[in-house]
Order: sequence, then C-alpha cells, then structure tokens
Amino acid sequence: MANEQKERRDFMGMALGATALVGIGGGLGYAAKRTWDPLPSVKAAGFTTIDLSVAKPNELIVEKWRGKPIFILKKTAEMEAHDRDVVIGADRYHMSIGLCTHLGCIPAYKKDSQTFFCACHGGVFDVSGINEPGLPPPSPLEIPPFKIVGTTLLLGEAGPEYKKMLDAGLTV
Amino acid sequence: MAHFEKANSLNEWLDQRIGLNTLKRVLNTEYWIPKDINFLWAMGMVLAATFGLLVISGIFLLMYYKPDTNLAFDSVNYTIMSEVGYGWLWRHIHGIGASLVFLIIYIHMFTGIYYGSYKRGRELIWLSGMGLFVAFSAEAFSGYMLPWGQMSYWAGMVITNLFSGGSLEAYGLVEWIRGDYVPGDAFLTRFFMLHVFLIPLVIIGLIVLHFGSLRLPHVNNQEGADIDFEEAADLWKSGKRKESKVIPFSPVFLSKDVFVMGVYFILFFYLVFYHFNFAMDPVNFDPADGLKTPAHIYPEWYFLWSYEILRPFSKDVGLIAFGIAQAALFFLPFIDRSPNVAPAHKRGLFQIWFWALVVIMIALTALGKLPPTDPLFAALGLIFAVAFLLMGPLLFVITLFEKKIEKGA
Repeated sequence: MANEQKERRDFMGMALGATALVGIGGGLGYAAKRTWDPLPSVKAAGFTTIDLSVAKPNELIVEKWRGKPIFILKKTAEMEAHDRDVVIGADRYHMSIGLCTHLGCIPAYKKDSQTFFCACHGGVFDVSGINEPGLPPPSPLEIPPFKIVGTTLLLGEAGPEYKKMLDAGLTV
Repeated sequence: MAHFEKANSLNEWLDQRIGLNTLKRVLNTEYWIPKDINFLWAMGMVLAATFGLLVISGIFLLMYYKPDTNLAFDSVNYTIMSEVGYGWLWRHIHGIGASLVFLIIYIHMFTGIYYGSYKRGRELIWLSGMGLFVAFSAEAFSGYMLPWGQMSYWAGMVITNLFSGGSLEAYGLVEWIRGDYVPGDAFLTRFFMLHVFLIPLVIIGLIVLHFGSLRLPHVNNQEGADIDFEEAADLWKSGKRKESKVIPFSPVFLSKDVFVMGVYFILFFYLVFYHFNFAMDPVNFDPADGLKTPAHIYPEWYFLWSYEILRPFSKDVGLIAFGIAQAALFFLPFIDRSPNVAPAHKRGLFQIWFWALVVIMIALTALGKLPPTDPLFAALGLIFAVAFLLMGPLLFVITLFEKKIEKGA
C-alpha cells in the first residue's frame, strides 16, 4: 500500500517535472532566443547605395553595408574578366564583402601584385575575389545582394544580375 | 520548533541556529590536508584570492564603465584612466589579474597532471576544474570586448565567426549571437551582461562544486600515497602532531597558503605598478573600426596555444582540430588507463609524455604570436598542432601498458 503510494507520488512528480520543463524550456527558451535576435531597426538599416561612376581602375574603394566593408575595384583592361564581375556598359567592377572567408578579417589590396592579402592567416584572393588554393580561406569573397540602378548599386536588394550569380553558384 | 536555550556568546547563538561549530569543523579545523605537499598545493587558494581581487576591482570599474559602442572606449581610456580617482589602479589590477589568473590556472592544471590528481575518486575535481577553465576563458573573452578597441572588435569578429561552423555556413547563428550583422551595440551590451553577471555566477557555482568535490577524496600528496585520514586525524587530535601525516586546513595549511600568497602578491603588484602594459595590447588603444583590420590579429597569451591549433589547417579541419583541442583535456581521467596515483617521475613513459605536453603547449603558444606569413613558422605550427592532437591517443596507449607500482608500507 505504502509502496503503491510512493509510486503514485513519483509519477506525479515526474509528470509535474516534465510539464514544467516543456513549459519553461519551450516558452522562456523561445522568448530568450527571440530577445537575442537582431532588432528590427538593425535589419531595416540594411540598405546602401553606392555610386560606381567615381571609381578609378586598379584603385580599391571601400564602402560600408550592414557594418561590413564592401570592396569595389574597377578592373583595368588587362585584368581577366569573370562572371562575378558587375558589368555596367563597357566597365567591369569587382564588388564583394571585404571580409576574408576564413575568419572575417579585412584583406588589404596590393596594387602591385593585384591581389587581396589577408594578414590574419595569410589568405590571398585575386582581382575577381577568387581564393588562392592551399591557403586557409575555403571560398571566394562573398558578393552581397545587389541591384543595378543606372550607374549606382543598391546593396541589400537582389537584382537579376545578382540572382544569376547566385544560381550559377558564384557566391553564397 | 526545536528547543533553544539562552546563548552565552555570539558564537553559541550562531551555533544553535546554523550549526557554526559543525561548519567550522567540517570546512576548517577537521578538514585534513596531507603534510607531504609543496608550494604547488597553494595554487588553489592563490586562484581564489586572485578571483576575489578581480571581483573587487571589477565592482569599481563597473561604476564608470558604459556599455555603449559610442561611449565604451572613452569611459575606459579617458574617464576611468584619468578622471576617476585611482581608476587606473582598478583597471591595472583587473588587467594583470586576468592575465595572471591564467598563469596560475595552467600551473594548477599541470600540477594536477604531474601528480595524477585526477585519478579514481578525484575525477569530479578535474571535471569541475576544467569547467572553471572554460568559464574563465569565456569571462576573459567577454571582458576583452568591453574597452571596444580594435583588438576587442576584431577578436569579437573572428571568434563569433567560428560559430558559422566552416562549410556549414551557419551565418544565421553568428548573427543571432551578435544581434547584428557585425559586432555592434547589441553585441557589446550582451557580452557586458555575460561578463559582469552570468559568467561570474557560473564561476562561483563551479568553485563551490570544485571545493565540494575535494572534501571527500581529499587533496593528493607528493607521493600519491593512500592516507588513512581517520587514523592520521586521531593522531593529530590526541596531540601526536609530529607522528600524524596530516594537518588541519585551518589554521595550519592556510598559514602556509598565506605565505605563498604573500610571495605571489609581491609579483602581482610589481606588475600592477611597474609593468601593467604587459596585460594591455597597444593595438587596443585604437577605437574599434569595422573598416580597418589590425595588421596582425592574435589573442592574449593564454589563448595562443589553441589559436595556433586553428591556424595551420584548412578552415574545416582547423575548426575540428580546435574543437578537439578544447574538449580533449576534459577526458584526461578517462584516457589515462594507469591505476597508479603517483608523481610523473615514478611513472616511466608518462614522465616523458608529461614534459612533451608542456613543450608542445609552450611551442604552440610561441608560434601563435608570430605572423602567419613565414613558411618555416607555418610548418612548425602544423607539426606541433598535429603533435598535440596525437598526445591523447598516445597517453591511452602508454598508460595501458604502464606497470602497477607496488607501494611500500
């Protein structure tokens, strides 16, 4: 009899525990997760317009989008063309997020060797943002969502040129 | 209610209500420590005292620090350093304390490994100690964000990027941790919360567990001898203190601790007053700038060995190696198959293994500070990183064949 009661109490204890765990874990856990999410104001501030007409060949311009540096490099005629280039009229531009795909340092542009060099772990990217194999960066510099508007770029919105690159697997 | 008599002293009054004398007996006067120990056994109390200094200096810094990306840098480098009376003292104590606490943690850890103080019965001491190491690492990292200088920002960027999991490309998780696309205001305030509240709370809890897990198995001794604590305690209590193998924690062992602490704090305050720059990276005196990476990013000295394990590999392999290196030491009591609780110099191959581990970790630390561009250093980094990863399986094999030491009576 006493044993039966003990079993009943154990069962009720476990039922209460399980309910509390689901309630607290689910409810508060979800609230806690949402509290750590980026705020709507942070997300809303995610659009930037960049004027490409001021760019000079082989001179890197660094702009800012969502707090990240954006590389814009107008290619010279000698530089190899790539499907990742942003093409406006006869001009080709390399445009990417200027963060090394290894751990997120900003590579420096070396005008003479025409490469991007990351000082943190020695990664190297060419003028199309392609990583040199055998070094820590596992993938090319990322291209942010962009839309071509005349001679300007709207970053944060995916235009047809960007979608084409994305579908071709040229960026993530 | 229990029956209470009129108390004749404050001590008696407290004893009736919270069992003060029992507490004193269990935690101090009849908590027995072997006599056969050396100064390395004082590192636990040295750590506790350093943690105390970190808390006290932290309280004073907290009164003027501002967790806001526009204000943080100046609140530390201008307000606290040149306006607040003795603000510099708290900052230097906090900085030196954070650095030295890791030096002592490493000494404390390697003492435990050398003397086999993680063996059967003492596993929980090792595990809670490793928990403390991880919690202190998180505390150091979150604290490093707060001055919001260049190294704060870029260390925050690099370390949070680790959570993208390499090819898993979990950027959503990284943005969730930061609360922004890059480390920003939400990032600074949440790491401020972690640094001043949540992680210290975890640390205090783990310290209680660490001390608690020590009480029944008792601390180890220089020979790893199995001491009959009850017999030795009876000898002490009956006045035969010379014959007894143990001393009470308080006041006898504690007075020895206080002496070691005295020596330690001479070094500590020498650094605080004359060499405080050793814990302050010059690059972090430039305000955080998301558009400019410092020429060379490296962590503080105590993280260099694990940083160097990340570096020489490709991204995914590096992350896996790094993950293994962080977790591996937790498993030490289960990897070491030898039944011997003995100092390394009596355990044959284990002694060589121990010193090899020390050399590898020092080499990784030195290489972690060097720029990655030199091919010789890059190759050496790879060799030592692989060597570190092989040390675990190696320990398993050599301790499996370790001969049992017959202990003389």
